[in-house]
Amino acid sequence: MSKERKMTLTIPREELMSPGHLACQGCGASLAMRLALKGLGQRTIVCIPACCWAVIDGPFPHSSLDIPIYHCAFETAASSASGVRAGLDMVGDTETTVLAWAGDGGTFDIGLQALSGAAERNDDIIYTCYDNEAYMNTGIQRSSATPVGAWTTTTPVKHYKKERKKDIIGIMAAHGIPYIATASVAYPEDMVKKFKRAREIKGTRFIHVFAPCPAGWKSRPEDTIKLARLAVQTGYFPLYEIEDGEKWTLNLKVKERKPIAEYLKLQGRFRHLKEDEIAMIQQEVDARWAKILKNCGL
Amino acid sequence: MSKKKEAKKIVFESEKEMPAVPMSLGSMLYNKTGAWRNIKPVIDLDRCIKCGICWKFCPDASIDIVDEWPQINYVYCKGCGLCAEECPQKCIAMVEEEK
Repeated sequence: MSKERKMTLTIPREELMSPGHLACQGCGASLAMRLALKGLGQRTIVCIPACCWAVIDGPFPHSSLDIPIYHCAFETAASSASGVRAGLDMVGDTETTVLAWAGDGGTFDIGLQALSGAAERNDDIIYTCYDNEAYMNTGIQRSSATPVGAWTTTTPVKHYKKERKKDIIGIMAAHGIPYIATASVAYPEDMVKKFKRAREIKGTRFIHVFAPCPAGWKSRPEDTIKLARLAVQTGYFPLYEIEDGEKWTLNLKVKERKPIAEYLKLQGRFRHLKEDEIAMIQQEVDARWAKILKNCGL
Repeated sequence: MSKKKEAKKIVFESEKEMPAVPMSLGSMLYNKTGAWRNIKPVIDLDRCIKCGICWKFCPDASIDIVDEWPQINYVYCKGCGLCAEECPQKCIAMVEEEK
């Protein structure tokens, strides 16, 4: 039976990321780049600040991507992309998409002012934050994207992180930019669709991609997709879009959300959490989910 | 597309050979990451339903589609096991590497 069946691919076949790159086994970030480039296509220039991807891409003069890459300083992903865009406009190239590709450290903490500046000027760039919830490249230090209760090398088990994750989508929505979306590597069709859509829009576009990190989360490499999927199904990382800072759309309506404990127990970084702490996290997830539903008018 | 690229490492003999600006001259294909793995995925094509899920989720782009069938590129597969975990037919087995 299966022999006659035709293969139908739901995402573009074109491969702009070649194998041989330096990512860890089961890396969510490398999969995120692969899917993003499937959506954006060949006519893209990517600006990469210091982050995992600065390493994954490979040492000079080699590169694992088939598109031009500009490695820039940690805090300047958005401003470099603005500059590249201005340069392209000068030579009359309006077709090429400029993508800024930063990790959560380069977006939530260090690159926030450059990002805010670019969003305020409404520069014609796509800014993508692939979020692995800590500074993984330098050795799992806490960032403001690290969730409550997580272990990192700078928030050891005894003093695990007590602060909430920064609401970056809220910050970007307040800038009123044309397009904001969240995407997850566990939903490739949705992710490719969002990048394709972002490509057609003019102005600053912000895409928040959830990219599990087996090395930093102390999870099994084969669980990367399972974790990304559970994050969506528990309501921890809902998939939605915001247009012009006002029109919210929920892309995946999760009818029965799974308990957050299912997501937490697969990761070594949450192993120390006790029942009451998990209940506290559950409450927070519930509150955030209710808020998003309200914003989406559901 | 990746087949056209050369898997050769570029080495500069002197600084005179270096390009004027830091630019990429070759691909990372010289880096044979297959040596990283301890376990390797093996697809049982008799049970494969050609859903393409393994190809879709491979973080290393190491699963090629050859004549509509998934084929693992063992030169670069790092052996993370994502394909075996996500396969709806469970027809990918992770077997120990013999060395």
